[in-house]
Amino acid sequence: MTADTTNAAPDPSAPHEIELLSFRVEDHEYSVDIMSVREIRGWTRTTSLPHSPSYVRGVINLRGTVLPVIDLAMRLGMDPTEPDDRNVIIVIDVDGRTLGLRVDAVSDILTLPTEKLRSPPEIAADENQTFLRALTIIDERMVRVLDLSSIMPDIGEVAA
Amino acid sequence: MSDPMNDIRASFFIECEELLEGLFDALQTMSDGSADDETINVAFRAVHSIKGGAGAFALDQVVSFAHHFETAMDDVRSGKLAPSDDLVQLFFRCGDILSDLVRAARDETTVDAALVDPVLEELGKYSTSPDSGEAEEEISDFQPLTLDLGDLGAPADGADDDFDALLASLPPLPSDDEPQEPVARTVVFRPEPELYKSGNEPLFLLRSLGELRPSAVRLDFDPDSAPGARMTWTVEFDDPVKCEMVEEVFEFVQGLCTLSFGSDASPRESVPAEEAAGTFAPADLPMDKIPEPASPTSDVAPPLATIDPAATDEDGPAEATTAMPGGAPKGGAAPKNMASPTVRVDLSRVDRLVNLVGELVINQAMLSQSVAQSSLGSNTAITSGLEEFLQLTRDIQESVMMIRAQPVKSLFQRMSRIVREASAAVGKKVVLTTDGENTEIDKTVIERLADPLTHMIRNAVDHGLEKTEDRQAAGKPAEGQVRLSASHKSGRVVIEVSDDGGGINRPKVRQIAIDKGLIPEDAALTDGEIDQLLFMPGFSTATTVSNLSGRGVGMDVVKNAITALGGRISITSHAGKGTTFSISLPLTLAVLDGMVVSVAGEALVMPLNAIVETLTLDGESVRRLGPNSNVVLVRESFVPLLDLGVELGYRAPKENYAGAIALLSGQEDGHRAALVVDSIEDQRQVVIKGIQDSYGRVPGVAAATILGDGQIALILDPSDLIQNSSGQSRAPANIEAV
Amino acid sequence: MSISVLAVDDSRTMRDMITLALKDEGFEIHLAEDGQHGLEVLEDIAPDVIITDINMPRLDGFGFIDAIRDRSQTKHTPILVLTTESSAELKARARDSGATGWIVKPFAQDKLIRALRMVAG
Repeated sequence: MTADTTNAAPDPSAPHEIELLSFRVEDHEYSVDIMSVREIRGWTRTTSLPHSPSYVRGVINLRGTVLPVIDLAMRLGMDPTEPDDRNVIIVIDVDGRTLGLRVDAVSDILTLPTEKLRSPPEIAADENQTFLRALTIIDERMVRVLDLSSIMPDIGEVAA
Repeated sequence: MSDPMNDIRASFFIECEELLEGLFDALQTMSDGSADDETINVAFRAVHSIKGGAGAFALDQVVSFAHHFETAMDDVRSGKLAPSDDLVQLFFRCGDILSDLVRAARDETTVDAALVDPVLEELGKYSTSPDSGEAEEEISDFQPLTLDLGDLGAPADGADDDFDALLASLPPLPSDDEPQEPVARTVVFRPEPELYKSGNEPLFLLRSLGELRPSAVRLDFDPDSAPGARMTWTVEFDDPVKCEMVEEVFEFVQGLCTLSFGSDASPRESVPAEEAAGTFAPADLPMDKIPEPASPTSDVAPPLATIDPAATDEDGPAEATTAMPGGAPKGGAAPKNMASPTVRVDLSRVDRLVNLVGELVINQAMLSQSVAQSSLGSNTAITSGLEEFLQLTRDIQESVMMIRAQPVKSLFQRMSRIVREASAAVGKKVVLTTDGENTEIDKTVIERLADPLTHMIRNAVDHGLEKTEDRQAAGKPAEGQVRLSASHKSGRVVIEVSDDGGGINRPKVRQIAIDKGLIPEDAALTDGEIDQLLFMPGFSTATTVSNLSGRGVGMDVVKNAITALGGRISITSHAGKGTTFSISLPLTLAVLDGMVVSVAGEALVMPLNAIVETLTLDGESVRRLGPNSNVVLVRESFVPLLDLGVELGYRAPKENYAGAIALLSGQEDGHRAALVVDSIEDQRQVVIKGIQDSYGRVPGVAAATILGDGQIALILDPSDLIQNSSGQSRAPANIEAV
Repeated sequence: MSISVLAVDDSRTMRDMITLALKDEGFEIHLAEDGQHGLEVLEDIAPDVIITDINMPRLDGFGFIDAIRDRSQTKHTPILVLTTESSAELKARARDSGATGWIVKPFAQDKLIRALRMVAG
């Protein structure tokens, strides 16, 4: 897995703005760089993959291609829930692969200067922080920016 | 935009493959003794064309070898060498080496000289040319002039061959104006009558000379000379002009004119022809000399079997791209001259079309399904329209698939090399006969057949055929026969490898299987079952496989490769008469005939070629073997029972499998299993969708497909499922592994 | 005005090379796969110059040149022979059969163009 700019902490000197797609996973607000997002789809039933990690929901038919879908809640260590029709699948491109993320609902598109992004604190006990690229506060809410590369790789390793 | 030279280079290597194919065909004809004059010409031309193209790309190793090869063939062509059996066999080896060299050049690698040199040396023994240095010298002519435009500084000593070296040095570098080079300030040119007959035109020559910036030109007319030789041009230059540059202009009419140089700066009256003749005398060229007639058969004789229609078809695809990409065709005349109306298409475009048609098939199935589920009656115009739509879709799909199809000929030719090498290695005389070379099959299937087929051919030579003395003792011809054939049979391609050897030594095979613990000592096996033991993993090991066919793989690997292609392999063998391996393959890899089954609410597709039969289990036939394993009695033998729901981690094992439905999978080899499913839904063709690229390998799963309802169904890989099954223990162990 | 060229060679690579060398240089290119095919093409077009290979199936270069010279329409059409041999013998033979000039394969683009302009005007 090659190092990607998404892995690096944001460069505070860069004056750019970043657009984030924010969404809800259970009661938490997460977001991803909108540049990684290909589309957002309504929930459809997945076909289970045998011997896959539990957070791999399965695969769906994305216009003729086979799209693996990750249950983000389970990936982030939350308790499994049964998907319902209000759930959505965010289709993302990361490291040359296309992947679906099951989330509860999409909330907003946020535009903010990159310097408002903060590196996540090093909390060894919190397993979730390994999936975080940055944190930010918007309207007094904490929004977590996901590091998509770290969400991905285990799939390849387990499956290979 | 890609570099056009790269495109031509790529197309050159494709052409080389075709030429090599033609070469081997011709050599085969020679070896069969059915050659005529044109056969050697075809072989010669193939090598010659490879050399010509290779020269353009500076593939020196190819050029040099092709040159030696071609020289020997030219000697056969001209009757200097008799095409003895040994020589033809040597030509085969040369062809093999040339193939290696071409492929190495394509892949930008090299071929070990240790492989090439012995063949060259042997070729040298046939050399009729007393001066081997001459050949080397000629090769220097094939240096890539395209890449070498510098001044080679060739001495302009007037020798004929030097003109080319001289021309290669163009455009001349002004700084290289070395004083010792002959220069002239006056050029006198007097055409001979023959000049006009060769299609040359003095005006054009003078115009070219004009590019050297002469200061004056004078025309003298001599009414007393012969017609056509009455004019003499004298061209003057203020600055001395290099003689070689002038000679270059007149290169083509050398010997058809009088050309002389003067160093005198002052205008001269005229140059007498006699004086001029000292430099360039008209050659003694009798005008009645007619080009040597080509061999009587070569002009209009129908092409030999080696140039069969299929080969012509393959030859065709170049036309569309070579036909006037630049200039507009004049009056639309050209297209109808093109030999065969074909186009060359990028493979990725075809694959995209294949994919799209796959989508169409899925879409059509989805549409049919929703119509069926709707309240429309079954006799409406919609349903009958859909029927036609279905048929059309199938036809389109089939046609599109055939775009990817290629004749198996190239594959078969590779096998004849394997036979040559294998028979030489074990010291047996073997003849390979092929049949159905023009049978077409998907390009990828052909590529992926090469390894298994190679192994089978080696096996046939090494194990199938008896030693020569044993053959003779059995009253058989000393020469063993290996036959390779391809044919279409009910929508599949059947490839057979047979030998006329001793047949499978079943007692020995059985004993080996017992020794290796593959079967119990008292196993009662039919002949067919014994034959199947050859496909068992672990059957072929060093003790049973010689170095030649072994190489660490057994027939189980062959079988896996064939199965991976959606194929089946079977054996028939008759003691004393020989063995036939028969491979049945789908025409394409893009679709698969499958059985749609349901397991724990998931739809799954089992490849039809893996299913022997479907069973409904009764309580009697299922026996519990251990806490986690069951077997089912199928016609007096016990077959492991695998619950697909459990194997795939979808559910816990059932208490009781009585009444369950099972697919008996695998053929009668050691890896049979009864796979329990909940229900059988359908039997249909499905479009294969890769899953590895987007996700990675999934154990027990070969690929995925999209069913009529738009849902993805996994296509199972039964051999992986069966081989890696570990009863019920497996699924839970892996399911949480992260 | 562009010079129209009929190039006859049984090697697709050579036809491609000729096409590549000439297409952007103001030549109109017609192609044929062998002498026989070349004669068929000549039924429909009257090129300013003909380039031909020698070793070809059906009708080889020498026979092709012969036939060209026998036709009244092409009696004087310049013919360049493409050859991998640069021996004087072969050149003489080519010319004896009626060729105007020759190009040694592999050819340099500028040399080919110059030769074509030279013989075709």
